[in-house]
Amino acid sequence: MNRVLLTGNSAAAWAARLAAADYVPAFPITPQTGIIESLAGWIESGSMPARLVMFESEHSMLAAAGAAAATGVRVFTATSSQGLLYAMEMLYATAGWRAPFVMVNVSRGVASPVTLESDHNDILAARDSGFLQIHCATCQEVLDAVLIAYCLAEDARVRLPVLVNQDGFLLSFTREPVALPDAGAVARFLPAFDSMGIEFRASRPISQAVAVLGGSPYSYFRYQMQLALQGAAGVYDEVAQAFASEFGRSYPQVEAYRCEDAEVVFFMTGAFSTRARAAVDRLREAGQRVGLVRPRLFRPFPAAQLRRLMSGRRAIAVLDQNISLGKGGVLATELASVLYGMPEAPLIAEFIGGLGGRDIAPEEFYQMAKVALDAADSGITPAPRMLYTETEMREMRKLQSIAIAERHELRGAP
Amino acid sequence: MLRIRLHGRGGQGIRTAAQILGSALFAEGFEVQDAPRYGAERRGAPIVAYVRAAHAPIDERGTIANPDLVLVADASLFQVPTAGVLQGIGARVALLIATTEDAAVWRARLALAGPIFSFDPGADPAHAATALVGAAARMLGVIRREILGAALGEELRGLDVHKQRSSLMRALEAYDAFGVHGGAVGEAADASARDYTAPQWIDMFLDPVSIAAPDLHASATSVQVRTGAWRTRRPVIDYAHCHRCSWICSTLCPDSAIAVDADRTPRIDYDHCKGCMVCVTVCPAHAISAAPEPRGESPPAALPGVAA
Ligand code: SF4
Ligand code: SF4
Repeated sequence: MNRVLLTGNSAAAWAARLAAADYVPAFPITPQTGIIESLAGWIESGSMPARLVMFESEHSMLAAAGAAAATGVRVFTATSSQGLLYAMEMLYATAGWRAPFVMVNVSRGVASPVTLESDHNDILAARDSGFLQIHCATCQEVLDAVLIAYCLAEDARVRLPVLVNQDGFLLSFTREPVALPDAGAVARFLPAFDSMGIEFRASRPISQAVAVLGGSPYSYFRYQMQLALQGAAGVYDEVAQAFASEFGRSYPQVEAYRCEDAEVVFFMTGAFSTRARAAVDRLREAGQRVGLVRPRLFRPFPAAQLRRLMSGRRAIAVLDQNISLGKGGVLATELASVLYGMPEAPLIAEFIGGLGGRDIAPEEFYQMAKVALDAADSGITPAPRMLYTETEMREMRKLQSIAIAERHELRGAP
Repeated sequence: MLRIRLHGRGGQGIRTAAQILGSALFAEGFEVQDAPRYGAERRGAPIVAYVRAAHAPIDERGTIANPDLVLVADASLFQVPTAGVLQGIGARVALLIATTEDAAVWRARLALAGPIFSFDPGADPAHAATALVGAAARMLGVIRREILGAALGEELRGLDVHKQRSSLMRALEAYDAFGVHGGAVGEAADASARDYTAPQWIDMFLDPVSIAAPDLHASATSVQVRTGAWRTRRPVIDYAHCHRCSWICSTLCPDSAIAVDADRTPRIDYDHCKGCMVCVTVCPAHAISAAPEPRGESPPAALPGVAA
């Protein structure tokens, strides 16, 4: 095992290379571009026998990814933020084709206003598309999740595309030690794509298409996808088991960190959850029974595991690094729906934070745990809380006053 | 955990500097994390990079608010509040500045309680980062000279041999010069969950849309932004050689920073020229050369925390 310093982007590129992806349709967007640059470099130098094609948009890129997968080649692609939103129509379409391929999304907050840094509104917008979703918290997980994703996508019981999500900057540009698996072990774990009849030859033209259908056959095909996604949870467990025996790293659907006797748990996804892990350690040192529950698998949603892990807790501090405008945090809503009706379901304290990469300080984690515990003591669910401090508001007011002054100056107004 | 924050401008090699330190610490057996952070504008714009090193896996990531060591490759950044150079610099934090001025001047100017070190990066600010790395590696007290050299070689292997060698020399010179400061950096304790200051969260309220929409309602706003401050290298026209072709440099300048007079003479607007060197490349008369950007040290009155 070769342990090297890699960014999340390099880890994703290495995974595509180790998975022996044949075809990489691409379109650049910050902070994803590094993935495509690495792959382009390897393909050009001949160290990766694949074909990379640069498209004119993410929409076309996705159409090409789905079409290529439907001919039986292994496809890798990547995007981020606005790119994912722009491709959204083709996400739904290619999932409906039951075309298996892997796409890495590098999370970045969506416009407007524009930001380059991470939050999860982009990936969560793809929640209902039919793609499976795996959310990563470290660069190692990015590499490993892509390999796992191919096994899942190509499994005949699933046969759907998979999105692997990593946070922009916090993972994409951050180097940390990553164990680079050797190619032989990867080939054992992930054999060549057995397309089982879906194949295309230039000399033997065929067309593969979907028809316009009425409600009844339409319902049938849509619900087949739902069943395939639900069944994918069991397939994930098998694949994760096989991965653990080949590489010694284990990835249950849900990470449960120091949860054994926890009264309060943090519930969140993505890279900042490693900060929650550090906060759990500090809170434990201070004598508090706090843990972290983090779904890796987000679609299918690991409802059964979550019900099991959450039962017996007093309160859950949900940290949503996203906001469903007009409702609130997506994770809080999803978690509440699986806990509904559970006897003595723990109370949920809802927090929204880390939008556009806004930092989440250790003290904020400590305070979230305290708010959740106080709520459990009083039995009163607190109002959802946006993590935003007095200091931030003061700085915001300063920016606004500069903007107003300049507006007047530029308009020649007094 | 060791926490190091590097400040510089895009184009100064700050990200590479962080990677050199990261690789050296990794080679010394540490768990390591290094990362750059920047906005939409790159060259010349303020950029921060982080390095963390510990003997256990690192769960912390993102911003370093409580550094042990802060490296500043461009002293003019002290004047840019959004660059956040002084964030979290308490009494125990070591500050290392690339500057032609003496550390004592900066001690008086910044009125900080912690130790301040300075070194003269020489004429070219583009070279400050490698020298900073050498000095910092020595100050940390845990990186051996040959390991630093190997890390530099690894991270700079894309450069030509000559540049690699001169970078290595600068880094090792700084490493040797900072021998007296070996071990000058201490590690902060982790933020305790026992007695912490609770965050001052506010309940956000609805503002009028006239200020709550992130829209710009003015023309020619880009003129207001003095992008000239981003330059690390400055194009200089030698009028004795300029043919007065009157269009090549001015048309190809991506920032429209070259105007042409009625007598066909090109003039560079240094308030807005970002120093991309496109004009240097395209001038058919080879009349434009690239000079290191002189960094006038900051006037004391413009700096925060200055004793009168
Ligand atoms: S270096 Fe030359 S081309 Fe580039 S911004 Fe300055 S004047 Fe324009
Ligand atoms: S391109 Fe060169 S020759 Fe032409 S105007 Fe500019 S400086 Fe003069």
